Amino acid sequence: MTTTTASPIELLIEGGPPPNGRFGPYGGRFAPETLTSILDRLEEKTEHLFADAEFMTALEAELADFVGRPTPLTPAPALGSRWGAEVYLKREDLCHTGAHKINNAIGQALIARELGVERIVAETGAGQHGVATAAASARVGLPCTIFMGAIDARRQRPNLERMRLLGAEVILVEAGDQTLRAAIDEAFRAWVADPAGTYYLLGSVVGPHPYPWLVRQLQAVIGREARRQTISAAGDLPDVAVACVGGGSNAIGLFHGFIADSDVELLGIEAGGGGRPGESHSATLGAGTTGVLHGAMSALLQDEHGQILETHSIAPGLDYPGVGPEHALLRDLGRATYESVTDDEAIDALNECGSQEGILPALESSHALAGARRWAGSHPGGRIVVGLSGRGDKDLQIINGEVPHD
Amino acid sequence: MTERGNGITAAIRASDGPALCGYVTAGFPDLGSFSTILEAVAAAADVVEVGVPFTDPMADGLTIQKASHVALENGVTLDWILELLEGLDLDAPVLLMGYYNPFLAYGLDRLGESLSKANVSGVIVPDLPLEESGELRDRLARSGLAIVQLVTPTTPPDRLRAIAGASSGFVYAVTTTGVTGGNVHFADSDLEYLGRVRDASELPVLAGFGIRDRSQVEDLAPYVDGVVIGSALIDSIESGTDPGDFLAGLRLTGAPA
Repeated sequence: MTTTTASPIELLIEGGPPPNGRFGPYGGRFAPETLTSILDRLEEKTEHLFADAEFMTALEAELADFVGRPTPLTPAPALGSRWGAEVYLKREDLCHTGAHKINNAIGQALIARELGVERIVAETGAGQHGVATAAASARVGLPCTIFMGAIDARRQRPNLERMRLLGAEVILVEAGDQTLRAAIDEAFRAWVADPAGTYYLLGSVVGPHPYPWLVRQLQAVIGREARRQTISAAGDLPDVAVACVGGGSNAIGLFHGFIADSDVELLGIEAGGGGRPGESHSATLGAGTTGVLHGAMSALLQDEHGQILETHSIAPGLDYPGVGPEHALLRDLGRATYESVTDDEAIDALNECGSQEGILPALESSHALAGARRWAGSHPGGRIVVGLSGRGDKDLQIINGEVPHD
Repeated sequence: MTERGNGITAAIRASDGPALCGYVTAGFPDLGSFSTILEAVAAAADVVEVGVPFTDPMADGLTIQKASHVALENGVTLDWILELLEGLDLDAPVLLMGYYNPFLAYGLDRLGESLSKANVSGVIVPDLPLEESGELRDRLARSGLAIVQLVTPTTPPDRLRAIAGASSGFVYAVTTTGVTGGNVHFADSDLEYLGRVRDASELPVLAGFGIRDRSQVEDLAPYVDGVVIGSALIDSIESGTDPGDFLAGLRLTGAPA
């Protein structure tokens, strides 16, 4: 039981569902009434399963045997010598399907099976969550339907093909902005149409309660491993943990391992887009204002009338106008800080990591690398853990300029 | 109980046969013709819902999504809607139907006063379930405005009573799971559910989502106090039908109350 005297940080450390679904003033459940009883049932079932030894053993077995965990913490001496720092990369790019998304997807697919649903639906932006969901659904034996914005499908063609080969039905969304946000709207609609038979496998720490909590718990494995591995490799904790933030699931996963270590700085890197004044970007926590989108109150990119703005990033997985409510709370509490890097800085970081370390990071993860390099510039000799959330193979067409990134 | 909210309840109760609540998206199909459409709907309906467009209308089907998109392209804002309504003298009470974020951005502090000034009687906010609606309800109650709460077939019985108790104006019974605009055939279980809503509520009950034709209104008439016509009305406007004529075709008189 939580007590009313626990501080916001203590509540986060405890790991239980946040009281009333709120992270401070953020979060909540701003969803149509049709979903209320379904979300109640999901929260109850998840809390029960997370405390159930048999379920957790099954989840850990899938994380080991299917996902390939634990992922390594790779020392990056070449980057370290260039940056004047001690650099470690938490290698979520080595997860099955190529990114951290599978940690969440396999966990929720197992929950879906326990709930006895008939099918899984999900949205995808970059396609990484769609691929992970398709793989996880196949693994647990449930059919799945993935909604993908038509623009995203064009710029992430290989992931579209991968989802289909993994047995998923992919529906291209021509409505709205034709990117992640429109895909979420459509996946929601499919779920509302058949809430009891459908499991909505949300891909980030966003959406109505209990999703921001539930997804964080499933991604927290990143930070748990990274903390243990850093101590083992370096004999001590890092000075900073750095991760990219779109919706914010890999960042929350990494940060959560260090949340109780108040000396470890937590640095989230948002997408600054082209970086010129007045241009669109995806730096929600840095430039956004408080509002309600997709079921939760959080920081949002919106106009003065409360209409949601079009966003931009070269990294499709960061191209989203909202952010997880827990990040908004961590920002307000000063426990985490959030900065942005531009498309060009991310590309530079991608090239540097590829050529110097022999590791090709995703464009999203390259934002974290660029932010880490900047941090190192003002903290000589600092020890840095960078969340390398995914691999860059999916981005070749964007990097080579074969498809427009906006 | 709220003053203007009472006006909505009274307008529904005064209807001979099932009351008609007509929904139109503000500023659709264009800014110039909207007030004429609104006047025609208000003359034919007992209550009018004016849709406040939002970029991400999650509870709506394609028809209202498209209408919202057109309205936003036309430059519709809450300020524009309120200014227009202030200048009109409509024959039916008006509710605003919209997602929470545009109301939040407008400012809950000044919302009640602005709605009253524009002769608006209350709001319906489809992404604001009971647990999240307290703040808005308190603010609107100070200005005597209604907040109409929705119930659905998935709402458990005790929750149904709580929502019906917290609603004002009427209780909006969503006929089906899903988004607006489907074409619903009402099964016995749907009608039974609507009967349960009416048993749980002291306010009139209006059914909405997927109601498109007269035979559906006839099916529903014994179980509810009225119906909400949304996507079908938008479709009729788009096809050039007079919205007043379309609503008149759904008007049953002398049906059992």
